[in-house]
Amino acid sequence: MAVLTHKSLAAQDHELSESDKQLKLLQEAGLTPFQDKLSDSDLFPLKPINLDIFQINIGKMCNQVCKHCHVDAGPDRKEIMKRETMLECLEAIDKSNCSTVDLTGGAPEMNPDFRWFVEQLSSKGKHIIVRCNLTIIVANKKYNDLPEFYKKHKIEVVSSLPYFSSAKTDAQRGDGVFEQSIRALQMLNAVGYGIEGSGLTLNLVYNPSGAFLPPDQSELAGTFHTKLKDRYDVVFNNLFAITNIPISRYLQYLVASGNYNEYMEKLVNAYNPVAASNVMCRTTLSIGWDGFIYDCDFNQMLDLKVAAKGQHLRDFNATELQERTIIVNQHCYGCTAGAGSSCGGTTT
Amino acid sequence: MKTYYDPDDLKKFGNISEFQPELGKKFFDYYGSVFADGALTKREKSLIALAVSHALQCPYCIDAYTQDAMERGYDEEQMMEAVHVAGAIRGGATMVHGVQMMNKYKELSM
Repeated sequence: MAVLTHKSLAAQDHELSESDKQLKLLQEAGLTPFQDKLSDSDLFPLKPINLDIFQINIGKMCNQVCKHCHVDAGPDRKEIMKRETMLECLEAIDKSNCSTVDLTGGAPEMNPDFRWFVEQLSSKGKHIIVRCNLTIIVANKKYNDLPEFYKKHKIEVVSSLPYFSSAKTDAQRGDGVFEQSIRALQMLNAVGYGIEGSGLTLNLVYNPSGAFLPPDQSELAGTFHTKLKDRYDVVFNNLFAITNIPISRYLQYLVASGNYNEYMEKLVNAYNPVAASNVMCRTTLSIGWDGFIYDCDFNQMLDLKVAAKGQHLRDFNATELQERTIIVNQHCYGCTAGAGSSCGGTTT
Repeated sequence: MKTYYDPDDLKKFGNISEFQPELGKKFFDYYGSVFADGALTKREKSLIALAVSHALQCPYCIDAYTQDAMERGYDEEQMMEAVHVAGAIRGGATMVHGVQMMNKYKELSM
């Protein structure tokens, strides 16, 4: 299997850009079916608890091509959400009574309607999260004012920084990403993000730069706080330690590096029933760039739409979705290993 | 058996209890207790284990504790420094015996 280049898997016509090929590979590993593990934990069929978070993927376009990206995002991805779909999102959000809207991508800021959408959400009084890759802030002059824009709408900024050194960060996210990320963090700090008492939240995301599970979140957070402050005078609020899910580009990496079987075994052996009961798909809905509805961003990338009649925003039915059965597959082991993993870090 | 060491044997470590269950259980209970948080954290113990693995040159242990150290948030620089500690102690242990050689040399010399 080819080693990943600066292009997305889709642009390479790589077989693992296809969701059915990914699912087939996951099945072929011959491991205990995830639903059997859930059954043993009295969690199957998996049901939602509430619809609290709308996670909206507003496009696969990104200025980076990270090796582990589950979205297979990159500059060559042109799939982005149109304003009419955003309007459908706003209608669905009104019907759902959710508290939080979590915007992700790609680099969500690259969607030309990003700021308009945030303003609409902000006027509804929703808590808004933007998953900002940091480098977008310094990628072009037109993005340099993003920290001020985030501040204006009291957005919670969540940003990936796999390590407090360039070697590990750049190995995963691309040459020069660490230095640009530090500059962006300093710009966020300059407007108050991450500063105690500012009310502006800046959270960082750690995920392993390789085929291993994340360290203890609280221990790692302490190290990140110390190192980033001492070396770069950067401060932040929380660190989320996230497990890499074996799909898309990370799956391709696992196979190409010969780590696939061991990593999957590791995930299965680390299955934690408490983490399984706290998986994020029980409180979150994921919306794709084209308005289709999924249980989570990972199911979205595997094209596993919600098990409901209304699979698109135009047919959004909060009651039906609340009663649905969440679709699970072998990749779900990534969220239930060890201390658990979600878009907000560990779950136990 | 084509080689003395097989990476898959690491997963079978627990099987040593098969031939002597009572002592096997005692050993693994002890092992578990040793690596639990105590006066030293699990994280600190992981790095000690990595260094000792190199001092003992145990391939199974190096495999296991390299992964463990990575999952406890150590980076390559820290891990290599730990290996150097093992190397320094091994080298030092050799060199300090030079004193014994010198003593004997002097004892046998006029």
